[in-house]
Amino acid sequence: MTNPEAKLVCRNVWKLFGADAASFLAAHGGHPGAAAITEAGLVGAVRQVDLDVREGEIFVIMGLSGSGKSTLVRLMSRLIEPSGGDVLFKGENLLKVSQARMIEIRRHQMGMVFQHFALLPHLTVLDNVAFPLDIQGMSRAAREARAREMIELVGLAGKERAYPRQLSGGQQQRVGIARSLAVEPEIWFLDEPFSALDPLIRREMQDEFMRLQTVLHKTIVFITHDFDEAIRLADRIAIMKDGEIVQAGTPEEIVLTPATSYVAEFTRSVARAKVIRARSLMVAARPGDAEGPTVSGRSNISEAAPLFLDGVSHLGVTDDAGKLIGRLERDAVVSLMLRG
Amino acid sequence: MANRLPLAWLLALGAFVIFWLFAGPYLPAAFEYPKAHVIKLAKWISAAMKWLIDEASFGLFSFTDLTRFISAVLDVPYTVASSLLSTGFLEGSGSSAIQIVPPLPWIAVIGLVMLLGHWLGGRSLALLSGACFLFLAVFGQWTSAMITLASILVAAPLGVIFGLLFGIAAWRWRWLERIIMPLLDLMQTIPVFAYLVPVLFLFGFGPTAAVIATLIFATPPMIRIAILSLRAVPDEIIDLGHMVGCTDRQMTWRVMVPAARESLMVGMNQVIMLSLNMVIIASMIGAGGLGFDVLAALRRLDFGAGLEAGFAIVALAIAMDRLSQAAAEKLSAPSPENRATGFLARHPYLLAGLALVLVTSALGYMIPAIRTYPEALQLSTGTFWSEVVAWINVNFFDTLEAIKNAMLLNVLIPFKRFLGGLPWLGVTALLGFAGYRLGGWRLAVLTTCLPLFIAVTGQWEKAMITLYLCGISAVIASLIGIPIGIYSATRDRVWAWVQLAIDTLQTLPSFVYLMPAVMLFRVGDFTAMIAVVAFAVAPAIRYTALGIRKVDPKLIEAGRAMGCTEWQILTRIRLKLALPEILLGLNQTIMFALSMLVITALVGTRDLGQEVYIALTKADTGRGLVAGLSIAAIAIIADRLISAGAIHARRRLGLE
Repeated sequence: MTNPEAKLVCRNVWKLFGADAASFLAAHGGHPGAAAITEAGLVGAVRQVDLDVREGEIFVIMGLSGSGKSTLVRLMSRLIEPSGGDVLFKGENLLKVSQARMIEIRRHQMGMVFQHFALLPHLTVLDNVAFPLDIQGMSRAAREARAREMIELVGLAGKERAYPRQLSGGQQQRVGIARSLAVEPEIWFLDEPFSALDPLIRREMQDEFMRLQTVLHKTIVFITHDFDEAIRLADRIAIMKDGEIVQAGTPEEIVLTPATSYVAEFTRSVARAKVIRARSLMVAARPGDAEGPTVSGRSNISEAAPLFLDGVSHLGVTDDAGKLIGRLERDAVVSLMLRG
Repeated sequence: MANRLPLAWLLALGAFVIFWLFAGPYLPAAFEYPKAHVIKLAKWISAAMKWLIDEASFGLFSFTDLTRFISAVLDVPYTVASSLLSTGFLEGSGSSAIQIVPPLPWIAVIGLVMLLGHWLGGRSLALLSGACFLFLAVFGQWTSAMITLASILVAAPLGVIFGLLFGIAAWRWRWLERIIMPLLDLMQTIPVFAYLVPVLFLFGFGPTAAVIATLIFATPPMIRIAILSLRAVPDEIIDLGHMVGCTDRQMTWRVMVPAARESLMVGMNQVIMLSLNMVIIASMIGAGGLGFDVLAALRRLDFGAGLEAGFAIVALAIAMDRLSQAAAEKLSAPSPENRATGFLARHPYLLAGLALVLVTSALGYMIPAIRTYPEALQLSTGTFWSEVVAWINVNFFDTLEAIKNAMLLNVLIPFKRFLGGLPWLGVTALLGFAGYRLGGWRLAVLTTCLPLFIAVTGQWEKAMITLYLCGISAVIASLIGIPIGIYSATRDRVWAWVQLAIDTLQTLPSFVYLMPAVMLFRVGDFTAMIAVVAFAVAPAIRYTALGIRKVDPKLIEAGRAMGCTEWQILTRIRLKLALPEILLGLNQTIMFALSMLVITALVGTRDLGQEVYIALTKADTGRGLVAGLSIAAIAIIADRLISAGAIHARRRLGLE
């Protein structure tokens, strides 16, 4: 099941809170039932999680509060010690490595953005962004040059000398993002990065985040409790409930075929046209489609729909390289949009 | 459950009264603890201490070597500080000593303090702290004040450092916290004098011993604050530290301590103020300085001199409090960037200070008035105050005496007799019952064992005297403080003034309170009571006012809307909801009263405090510690019962 392009793999990962959770887990062969957990007086924060995060994708873990999503992301970086299972990062089992190796990995290959920003109040923006590099022991000149670059990247140039408390929430999170990117991480964890922001700022930051990703192509684990945010940003989504992943798949798969009634609750109010992409609705291309108007296979239907206003009956669908891969028919789009 | 409560209390009280009235002839041992069964804990402790001094050895070195080593180490910074500030650097010792370098000129010290004030808090702070120090010079308290200051300059930074290190260790290792926390709780309730006895025994008499006692006294709050502020660092910041790959050391010094800086600074202020308080009290084991002046004046009953030294302490306290508060604010807020280049431009204050010291020292060789404040310009108010006291005594002697006697005869003595006659067994049982009703079995065990400890170590009688003085003082302090709190709570401008007054009162070392009381009423229980009340009234005011001010304004509005009169709003809404806070205030009042009570041993009480004081004069560690622990026991019982009561009240009011 290990995907060759998987960067981070969780195999049967468990986190039980309570006394002696590891031996309890071993005694139940690594798969205790919910009843047994309760009976032992333990709390199953994360239960039997299997997932793989692929190179260059945005993997969103979505769940309501108490679903275990924040615990899961901390298990992936071993901020919290799992009770059982394996976490493989580039093939290396993080749970088996030494403390020193873990520090090494975190210093150079992981970056994390926090819900409440976690900026150090006594440092300026510049020093905050340079902090991870400082911890690595990088020289002042080198780390400040790198930090300035990152501050520029997130659009905060000119604020280098400000202190966190002098910034707005959105600006503070930009600092958090710049800091997490300063070490050029191979995997980028974002723990509800926009939840503490006002709705308008949140939208703006999501756009900013997408813009960054088109530049950076990071492998991303993104935690959120906001289903719309998940749909908007994700390449793939895992939905968590009570510590378990109830469904994992692309936004389209989840919206079109919710696995449980719990997932269906979330998807019900989502406009299909905003989730389903052109390449999912397309049919085989016919000769001559390349001449007419075309649309990227990545665009969703609500983005493609306006192109039909010109009176065309179909659009060519292209892949990222611009090659024709299929055609999108007007009737299919209309009927999808009418269904809502 | 709730409505059965009073019945249970009534039954328990009834049983207690019956036991008290009728059990006497049958069970005399319940009234007076049999002397034959007193556990001689005090003697054991003294013997153990003696063994420590005479025989204990860690192989390579003996215990005495250790204590001597500690003294020697601490003596170095103290000698430097006191040489700088008061004695000058000396060659040789005793009376044959020759001064090779004189101390800092008084003008330089005032200048440095003003520079510090200006750096920390601008011009107004510079003026205030300068004025406080000038006061010391003008009123002839300079030398003593500088000795006191030298002790604080040594003790306070060490206290902050040790406290921080202990706090960090306890934060990192949970087991250490589990050991330290109960110890800190206990140390907070043991009266200050009790610390002095073992210190005196182990480290002898002198300024170094006083510094050690001050350290022991002032460090625990810093440990507590350090633990609390490290715990209060958000989890995300800790996660961040791990995510960027901090080592343990980087985690502590680059992430945790800076992130907790703001609250750690509050600890610094506390350590400084507690050090001042303790250095004054430690004059009893040779700290010298202002505390000694007050003590000597008390012994001579020289009110003028005592009051002057008292004022000097107040001036010093105000300066140190404001300076350290400003430092806390300044150092915890990020500083605006200093863009200046070059050493000169980046350190203007440092350079100005150095220049000042050099110039004034050089001038001091030519003009003595710059080095030491000229005696001719000194003002002494000592005689004035003595005359005022004499005048008051001549003109109001009868009135004061009448007040004192009336209180003594009608309140103090009957209450003392009443408490003295209670059976210890019955009291213990009643306390156990109260503990059970308010806090369950665990509290019941505590509130039974502690009075038992007092009884079996043979302290019961003195404990009752302590209880009587403390109880009456706490009641009177509450009777004064709660109405003031109520009055000022709803009047913002009055409250601002009252707050300033009680803040200032609380920065004053407890010693200072004795002087005016002795002046007017001489020695005795009544005087002690006055001093205790004056000291303990502040928390009663503060908590009452804060409790009332915290009441949700919507409820007041709702009350108005229903047509309540002001009186009804006060009694039905404000006071009811403020009750838990007022109870906490009462708790604090009792704690303050107990800590002051020990100090009033100097004016001739006959309670546990006196026991500690006597132990101190005899360097009898066991006796001092046992009496000190008994006072701590009383404090703990009162604290736990009232806290449990407050929680009860909060639940009943639906606040929790």
